[in-house]
Amino acid sequence: MAVETLVPATADEAATLFGDGEGITVVAGGTILMPLINAGQVAPTRALLLHHSGLDAIETVGAVVRIGATATLEALAAGSEELLARFASEVADGEVRRAATLGGNLCAPPGAVVSRGDLGAPLVALGARVRSSGAGGERTEPIEDFLAGSRSDRLVLGVEYDDGERRVGAATMRRRHAHSYSIANVAVCERPDGLRIGVSGVGATAVRCRRVETSREPVDVLRDVEPVDDALATAAYRREILPLLVRRALDELETR
Amino acid sequence: MRLTVNGIEQEVSSPPLASLLNVLREELDITSPKAGCQQGGCGTCTVLVDGVPRRSCLTPLAAVDGAAITTLEGLGEPEGMSVVQAAFHNRYAAQCGFCTPGMIVAATALIERKGGPVEREEVIEALGGHYCRCTGYVKIVDAVMAASRGQVAAVEDLPAADESEPDVLVKGSPA
Repeated sequence: MAVETLVPATADEAATLFGDGEGITVVAGGTILMPLINAGQVAPTRALLLHHSGLDAIETVGAVVRIGATATLEALAAGSEELLARFASEVADGEVRRAATLGGNLCAPPGAVVSRGDLGAPLVALGARVRSSGAGGERTEPIEDFLAGSRSDRLVLGVEYDDGERRVGAATMRRRHAHSYSIANVAVCERPDGLRIGVSGVGATAVRCRRVETSREPVDVLRDVEPVDDALATAAYRREILPLLVRRALDELETR
Repeated sequence: MRLTVNGIEQEVSSPPLASLLNVLREELDITSPKAGCQQGGCGTCTVLVDGVPRRSCLTPLAAVDGAAITTLEGLGEPEGMSVVQAAFHNRYAAQCGFCTPGMIVAATALIERKGGPVEREEVIEALGGHYCRCTGYVKIVDAVMAASRGQVAAVEDLPAADESEPDVLVKGSPA
């Protein structure tokens, strides 16, 4: 069957064409979808291409930083937010980062053999909120709620987080390559109103680690997350290194 | 949909979600971009999209409608090689040749972006997504650094394209 392509020129048009997402395949950077299409594993019938939708802006409006869904990882790597720049610059290589988008990173389903979506950790730590469209219209919710929900029926429009005073830290266990996702990532951010810790790479999506936020005891991270086995590492190995990465990230934060 | 490929405007009829790689190879018979992993991991399909290196296997045709595409064939010819091509030839930077198209295209973009001598670390960063399974990396990096400094001897005695090559190949292309 011939594929129908929809190329919206604005964000509103993209949301309208997406509707409730039924039967729609969203195409942004293509770095996750195109290998599946090339291999014949996915055959979209209605494709919504976002490259002309104007969703790529990164701007600070008042005290809020807003990043559009199709902002590329290259743009984030070159951006002013240190945590996002660090995580984005550690994904694959420049040619992939030039295509890959924030929205794709948030919506990436777990791969067949590894988890994906490293940017979840720094965005959880920053207290980001995800603006998305779908059944019931547009909504904005904390990123940890968005990641825990059914992402496949939502069109991400962008994320936002409060600017302002903060200290950050991070520690990762990874090999940087297009085919090699991370083994474990920890991002931490402390603001006057408290500490937030995000972990990615150890399970299907990034998670917020509230227990260790409260106790600041690295080992408590294992009460927040249940690491999984995959092609890159065993759950046992992840349980060993995760508290260590939390310790390193918190230590780094303390030096700021 | 329309593409300008190596300066020639082309009307293409591949499906909108066909990869740019497949459009170039299967519809336009431009075979320097290689179908390596087709998952974005090896770099040999890299072409310039409006001057910027992109993995053509990850790029759906509909996303580059109207764009200017440059492949290895558009950079130079056996009788008039580009500086980077000549540097690869001078310094034996191609072994089996399968990764060479992507390497040269990406290196050309790096040198143009920098506008002057590039350092070893910059080459390694820019070519970090390009795999050479002959592991000829040292000569490749050396060639890119030399090309950025104009340290390239003229190539005068390159053998003419072999007439026995199959028609599907671009004559004299490195594969």
